[in-house]
Amino acid sequence: MAFTAFSSSAATQPAVRRKSRAALFLLLPGIFYLILFFVTPLISLVITSLQEPDPLVFGRFVNAVNWQNYAAVIELYGEQSARSAGYAALATLFALLIGFPLAYFIGITLRPYPLLQSLALVLVIAPFFISFLLRTLAWKQIFSTEGPVSGILSSLGVLGPGEAITGTAFSVIFGLTYNFIPFMTLPIYATLVSLDLRLLEAGNDLYGSPATTFRTVTLPLSTAGVLSGTLLTFIPAAGDYINASREFLGSADTTMIGNVIETNFLVLQNFPAAASLSLLLMAAILVLVGLYVKRSGTEDLL
Amino acid sequence: MKGFGRYAIWVYSAMAFVFLLIPIVYTVAFSFNDARRTNIIWRGFTLDNWFGVCESQNVCLAFGNSLLIGVVATVLATTLGTMIALALVRYRFRFRNATTLLIFLPMATPEVVLGAGLAAQFLQAGVPKGLATIILAHTLFCLSFVVVTVRSRVAGLDPALEEAGRDLYGSPLQVFWRITFPMLLPGIVAAALLSFALSFDDFIITNFNRGAEVTFPSYVYTAAARGIPAEANVIASAVFFLALALVLIAQLTAAARRRQLAKTS
Repeated sequence: MAFTAFSSSAATQPAVRRKSRAALFLLLPGIFYLILFFVTPLISLVITSLQEPDPLVFGRFVNAVNWQNYAAVIELYGEQSARSAGYAALATLFALLIGFPLAYFIGITLRPYPLLQSLALVLVIAPFFISFLLRTLAWKQIFSTEGPVSGILSSLGVLGPGEAITGTAFSVIFGLTYNFIPFMTLPIYATLVSLDLRLLEAGNDLYGSPATTFRTVTLPLSTAGVLSGTLLTFIPAAGDYINASREFLGSADTTMIGNVIETNFLVLQNFPAAASLSLLLMAAILVLVGLYVKRSGTEDLL
Repeated sequence: MKGFGRYAIWVYSAMAFVFLLIPIVYTVAFSFNDARRTNIIWRGFTLDNWFGVCESQNVCLAFGNSLLIGVVATVLATTLGTMIALALVRYRFRFRNATTLLIFLPMATPEVVLGAGLAAQFLQAGVPKGLATIILAHTLFCLSFVVVTVRSRVAGLDPALEEAGRDLYGSPLQVFWRITFPMLLPGIVAAALLSFALSFDDFIITNFNRGAEVTFPSYVYTAAARGIPAEANVIASAVFFLALALVLIAQLTAAARRRQLAKTS
């Protein structure tokens, strides 16, 4: 599965150098596509991010080398950027708190029952089969002021009069956590499912308490899964703008960097601002991925 | 303590499963809601939404667009991706690491950046946004996932089988279509299903490159402000049950095959 993208180290046979023309034929179309629709768009973003307003026509931009754009967006949207990092980090943490035990349960506890194990795995990916937007909207409606949760919280006095659950930092982080739990669970499951149970028995035989065995055996052996799950959750969560959108679980107080990029590009048509923010987000993510690659070795990358 | 721990993980996981399923149950349940204009409050059970899905025409139009985009993007991405996967495992060539990086990077790039980048490029090149630009964008982000999925299948393939085919005077094309391709097929099918699912549910990248075209997710997004018609829940539920059935069948046949293998050996 693609969810092992960051963790699996497929046992590759030594590739042979033969018929390099065949390799070229296989590679060229795809590589050409990636260059045309991934590399050049990034270059377009760089060019756009340095543009300045056309002095003659209002709302148009001309090519320039205007580094000011970067300073301007950092100053303007520092708060939203920090919020994105914070929300995404918290959502990643909560997804880990839910996803790790779940992955342990499916990969280790359920191992004697293969059928239950397959069914449990299907349950974890089931949210993928229903529209991302509709499941987020479902939470919005469950949390709405007419909904059951608000009623209970109001009668308990947790929710004051006129206060709502939706539109708060809580509901956005909640939505992000919910939506990315499978991304956290699956890579951890992939490492735990192949864990040799005899190692746990050995820990037990050596008078290690379950907690010690977990800390010294299970946890270190699942690091690769935890790391890739963290990346697979953090990256999309940091760039997400659906959960934080006003029509979904957020409000004007929960705007994330994704919302800012979207508004600048599609609504305000301030393309240079949107482009420089995108590149800053990409740079931050790349630093993170770079640290991960350094930690786990490049061969595990793909 | 040990017994307690054992129960605790069952209880905790059961709660997590319930949590994961809540919005799904909600969405499916509200596809049967006798909603007149806004589908927020439960007004009673009806099958009308299911039998008259296309009465709300825009939903069906959006759904049709999503199917079309999904199919074309999947065919393109699966073809290109499978070719790259074969080359990556089978051949050693210059720039191999650079190629691997080029395939990995789109997966590590936030969707909003991919979307904005493509939109900036189409803007600069003066390409009008529409179905074609959505398909081009979807093919891009599906491509890397196809490579990763098919690659592990190619890596698990015994090269001796193809060698045997060549020894028996099979032409390279015969060897490919009679040996390599059938053995890779499960991986290719899995990759195709994954890319269709990714394409069908994509909103962020689509939103930057769709112009005036409407896909199913973008329809839901726009309708969210004034209330989603129950027909959207019907389509999402139908897609959900179809995907669930496919995955369950695949899982159960795989389990049955494993059991049979264990018996015969």
